Amino acid sequence: MTVTAAFFYLFATITIASGFMVIASRNPVQSVLFLILAFVNAAGLFLMMGAEFLAMILIIVYVGAVAVLFLFVVMMLDVDFAELRQGFLQYLPIGGLIGVVFLLELILVIGAYVIDPGLVRSPMVPIPSPTVMTNTEALGQVLYTRYFFFFQAAGLILLVAMIGAIVLTLRERVGVKRQDIAKQNARTPETAVEVRKVPFRQGI
Amino acid sequence: MVIGLSHYLTVAAVLFTLGVFGIFINRKNVIVILMSVELILLAVNINMVAFSTHMNDIVGQVFALLILTVAAAEAAIGLAILVVFFRNRGSIAVEDVNMMRG
Repeated sequence: MTVTAAFFYLFATITIASGFMVIASRNPVQSVLFLILAFVNAAGLFLMMGAEFLAMILIIVYVGAVAVLFLFVVMMLDVDFAELRQGFLQYLPIGGLIGVVFLLELILVIGAYVIDPGLVRSPMVPIPSPTVMTNTEALGQVLYTRYFFFFQAAGLILLVAMIGAIVLTLRERVGVKRQDIAKQNARTPETAVEVRKVPFRQGI
Repeated sequence: MVIGLSHYLTVAAVLFTLGVFGIFINRKNVIVILMSVELILLAVNINMVAFSTHMNDIVGQVFALLILTVAAAEAAIGLAILVVFFRNRGSIAVEDVNMMRG
């Protein structure tokens, strides 16, 4: 039990500290790297709660795709980030006040909550014991049956996001030679070859 | 010492607050605002999984998976819009965002 507590505090501390550094860091590249650290430690918290599949998905999707996408965009945009930090101190008091009040409210709620026994009913789909079934298998047995339409909706959202991102960022550059296959296939000998009668010793 | 539901909820609450706070203090930098939104969604996911474990109900993890999907799609679209905006205006400052079409 002590080992569990030690690991919980380790993961929780690093998650919160790197979450703070994400918003406080001077350089956006460092912010992205701290975001990755926060995600990895949140994956550790998920593992401790028994959600192994979500922990691995968090590492694959967030660290492998989303954070790298952020890194790519931060490095691609040629922006003076120091200039964007102007007004940081100006917003600090009001932002800090709102943050502290909000956090106190949340902590008070968490410290005083009681789950109404009337609301506690038998779970919709109980988590099977790890000796019976792995977490991934249990999740799949629910996701592909009872929540199949949600699963398909998620796939549709990802498809729309992919098409949207491509449509937004694709552009026709001028002055770049590109291969146009339709144009090539539409060529006929009449349009492509010109036969000329060249007079002797005169050229064209 | 038993690590219970309240511990995880406190971590999620602190992360959520950090995300909101980040949106307030980095009001000019869209990239950091997007990262703060990611932090908020991560906090929500921690809440979902914590309650799923506490209630012994796997449905919470299914919904955490859907939140993850939406977060990934949101990041992709947001960054694409950011790239297009930077191409048009040469800046990503929030106060320059004042036209409906580029």
